[in-house]
Amino acid sequence: MPMEMMDEDPTALLPEIFLAVAAVLGLLLGSYLPRHRQWLVALLAAVACAGGIAATMLAGPTRTVFGGSYIIDVATNAGRLIVLISLVVALFLSIDEFRGHPRESEYYVLTLLGALGTVILTGANDLMLLMAGYLLASIPLYAVAGFAKDDPGTESALKYYLLGALLGVIMLGGVTVLFGAGGATAYPDLRSALSSASPAVVAIGLVAVLAGLLFKSGAVPVHFWVPDVTEGSRPPAAAFLTTIPKIGALIAIYRLVSQGLPETGIDWPLVIAVIAAASMTVGNLAAFFQDNVRRLLAYSTISQVGYLLMAVAVATRSDLALPGLVFYLGAYALTNLGAFAVVCALPSAGNVTDYQGLIKTRPWLAASLVICLLGLVGTPPTAVFVGKLTVFTAALDGGFTWLVVLAAVNTVTSLFYYLRWIVPAVRPSPAPAATQVRWAAVGAYIAAVSALVLGPLSDVVLRGLWLVGRGA
Amino acid sequence: MLSAVVFLPVAVAVVLLAVPRTSDRLVRWLWIAATAIDLALVVGLWIGYSPGPGGFAYEVNVKWIPSISSGYHLGVDGLSLPLVALTAVLFLACAVYSFRDSDRLRSYAALFLFLQTVCLGLFVALDLILFFVFFDLSIVGMYFVIAGWGHRNAAKAALKFFLYTFLGSLALLLGFIGLYLAATPHTFDIVELARQAPLTGTGFAGAAVLIALGIGFAIKTPTVPFHTWLPPAHTEAPAAGSAILAGVLLKMGTYGFVRIMMPVLPDTWRRYAIVFVFVGVVSVIYGALVSLAQRDFKRMIAYTSVNHMGYILLAVGAAGIVASSTAQAREIAVTGAVTQMVSHGLITGALFLLSGVLYQRGQTYEMDSYGGLAGTAPRFAGLTALAAFASLGLPGFSGFIAEFQIFTGSLGSAPVSTVVAFLGILVTAALFLRAFQKIFLGPYRAPTDRVGDITVVEGVAIVPLIAAAVVIGIFPRFLLEVIEPASRIVVTLVGR
Repeated sequence: MPMEMMDEDPTALLPEIFLAVAAVLGLLLGSYLPRHRQWLVALLAAVACAGGIAATMLAGPTRTVFGGSYIIDVATNAGRLIVLISLVVALFLSIDEFRGHPRESEYYVLTLLGALGTVILTGANDLMLLMAGYLLASIPLYAVAGFAKDDPGTESALKYYLLGALLGVIMLGGVTVLFGAGGATAYPDLRSALSSASPAVVAIGLVAVLAGLLFKSGAVPVHFWVPDVTEGSRPPAAAFLTTIPKIGALIAIYRLVSQGLPETGIDWPLVIAVIAAASMTVGNLAAFFQDNVRRLLAYSTISQVGYLLMAVAVATRSDLALPGLVFYLGAYALTNLGAFAVVCALPSAGNVTDYQGLIKTRPWLAASLVICLLGLVGTPPTAVFVGKLTVFTAALDGGFTWLVVLAAVNTVTSLFYYLRWIVPAVRPSPAPAATQVRWAAVGAYIAAVSALVLGPLSDVVLRGLWLVGRGA
Repeated sequence: MLSAVVFLPVAVAVVLLAVPRTSDRLVRWLWIAATAIDLALVVGLWIGYSPGPGGFAYEVNVKWIPSISSGYHLGVDGLSLPLVALTAVLFLACAVYSFRDSDRLRSYAALFLFLQTVCLGLFVALDLILFFVFFDLSIVGMYFVIAGWGHRNAAKAALKFFLYTFLGSLALLLGFIGLYLAATPHTFDIVELARQAPLTGTGFAGAAVLIALGIGFAIKTPTVPFHTWLPPAHTEAPAAGSAILAGVLLKMGTYGFVRIMMPVLPDTWRRYAIVFVFVGVVSVIYGALVSLAQRDFKRMIAYTSVNHMGYILLAVGAAGIVASSTAQAREIAVTGAVTQMVSHGLITGALFLLSGVLYQRGQTYEMDSYGGLAGTAPRFAGLTALAAFASLGLPGFSGFIAEFQIFTGSLGSAPVSTVVAFLGILVTAALFLRAFQKIFLGPYRAPTDRVGDITVVEGVAIVPLIAAAVVIGIFPRFLLEVIEPASRIVVTLVGR
């Protein structure tokens, strides 16, 4: 296959370039700035995100660049926007925690690199680039997980790293198998070549590649790192790790199954549907009696991946799959970050009972918590509700009635554990004055308000995404 | 205009929360003023009510989420206008009733105003997603009322209420999505779905959607066997919360039957109508008998709600049995069902507020703890007697008009069931008389020294509800004239 030389257009990759440049500059700045001025690196990261968002808005028409390895389309642009906006919110969560930390600037550089890897996962249109994205979205984040260098952090980083390395190797094996079976790594070529390959080989390769991506999204059966990392690493790091990488991983799975696989052959929708079902159920059941709020949120994110995978399962069967996936992803990212922001804002509160009487001491923080947790359940009119509604509709449309019924039952059961957290927070009991940190609280307000208003405004958002995606 | 009526309360709630350090006095008057103005607006709606060719008045239809063809579609017709009025009246009564409360009044008032918007919005919504949004938010709002201001075991009761009714709402959502996918072009618009009746003749798919919607609405209504969340929720909720829960929230279930299920799934409804008749009759008898066995006054009233909602199910079921009845009879049944919703809202609202009066005096709902209260609290006794008589369906009260129509309309199509359900009235009569005797007659007994009579505030809240029940009982025309054309449309749609 002759390499097309006409599509090497660096301006198409401006958002990615901004992130990379900010990471490099941040590292240099961090070496020269005095410790009390290191926060400038966070500002730099925010500026890079703003630039990336602006560049995404002007992304131009759908096209592939750099030899067809990277695709700029609705999914990529949506992924870019969600990652960049989430990163800005995540910065708010981190400011108080790492202010004056000896390695403050390094934290921001690592998150910038992790976000860059995530964005590359969303746009990868080639197995090799997918693998590169996976590594870039993994390696900096191992360091993020263990950033505090304390015992729980080190343990969680080690677990995250070992599992990540193992699944990275498996994924690389899968890439090799698919390459061997199809003779290509670019999705369009793979798609046509694999239709004549042995389904068993394709299935093995696919499952191996999926394993890595499912690890990044924290789905069952490779979810074991999620609760430990979420509890062990610092809260802002946990917020980042449970939210941002899965944006890229899920869009990558969507793209792989819908654009890299032949239409006939293996029944991948069923595979994804079963993983979705397992993920939402296991996550929910495990969350039931968690008293530690971070563990609770960790299991809740596992179940949310299950709902998100429903959209992936019907990627080729319903027109609503892509809108459902990207809107749910965006809604989930904001709402989940909002819940984590409340956790970050109250560093001394670790258990649900520590939130006793929050409504009295910090009414607005309590309100944000209620909005975000009920939002995660999918209560209307929050953004996750619209996401869930669209995803449920897409899944029913695609013929997965059993999956939708299971998801509905899971949604009801999830209410139970979210309420275990909400109830003490709104109970009017004498509470010890909770210490609150400022920027994380601001992050919580921003996330809660956006989670609330994006629901009713979902149409504007989705139409905007499609306009951007088509390059209009 | 409709949007103003719907969103005025929540706007006031936002103001209440946003302004720091408002005095309780100001909150009280703002709350009452907001609900009173809203009621005045609803009266204005009623006076200017003239339904258009589609049967709806004050219709608003704006695109909201066009990607899934869901619109901001509001409108009132003869089914919803009476319920909108009922909602406005009951919320005003609760605002007045809470005049002496001071426990976190600002949040309490804001929560009730929020609930008012949600309830009004549900009754005027003509889009399934909009309907669902309000349906779900009503659960959230009521959860916080029960959990935040309830009695001792409120947290548990509130959790049960939330989980149970949330399950129902998700069943509903599945049914709604099923309807959406069946329609061509896909739409969530109730009017359009009723026009298309997309699942006609599909057999299994129609039945599946019917089951999903049926479970959703049956839990909310509630009917046997989905009623178990109701007694604890009522027993633990504050009086005003119970009044709204029984008076307005339960109507969301029964309203769903006539607004959505009957017009949108006509042939499936006809095929399985007998199931609803049966469930209705079981609810009537079971609700009445269990109610008879209660020692707790409030729990007893809660079970009579199951009984009264059973009559509505009987009527809407009978309206689906086309073969053995005339269209006129079915129309009477549907009109009776809607009248029963209004009537039950007023009377049970009053009864729950009266039970709140009782609790406020003696700190218990146990009927055995009281006796001979009529001596010290004659007006309290009189009002309770009136409300009890109204509830058991005595002529001269709204309950009679409603139940009479239900029985007349159902007798032709479901004679045996109607006769059995009729026995329910006897049991209700017995239980109310027994409760009245226990609490108000005989030798004086009370957990506290002296049980005072109804205060002015309580009177101002409760008397209008009973007065309205009497007015509807004696001059029902003004109400029936609004309901009847809408029932005719429903019956025609079901008969397709």
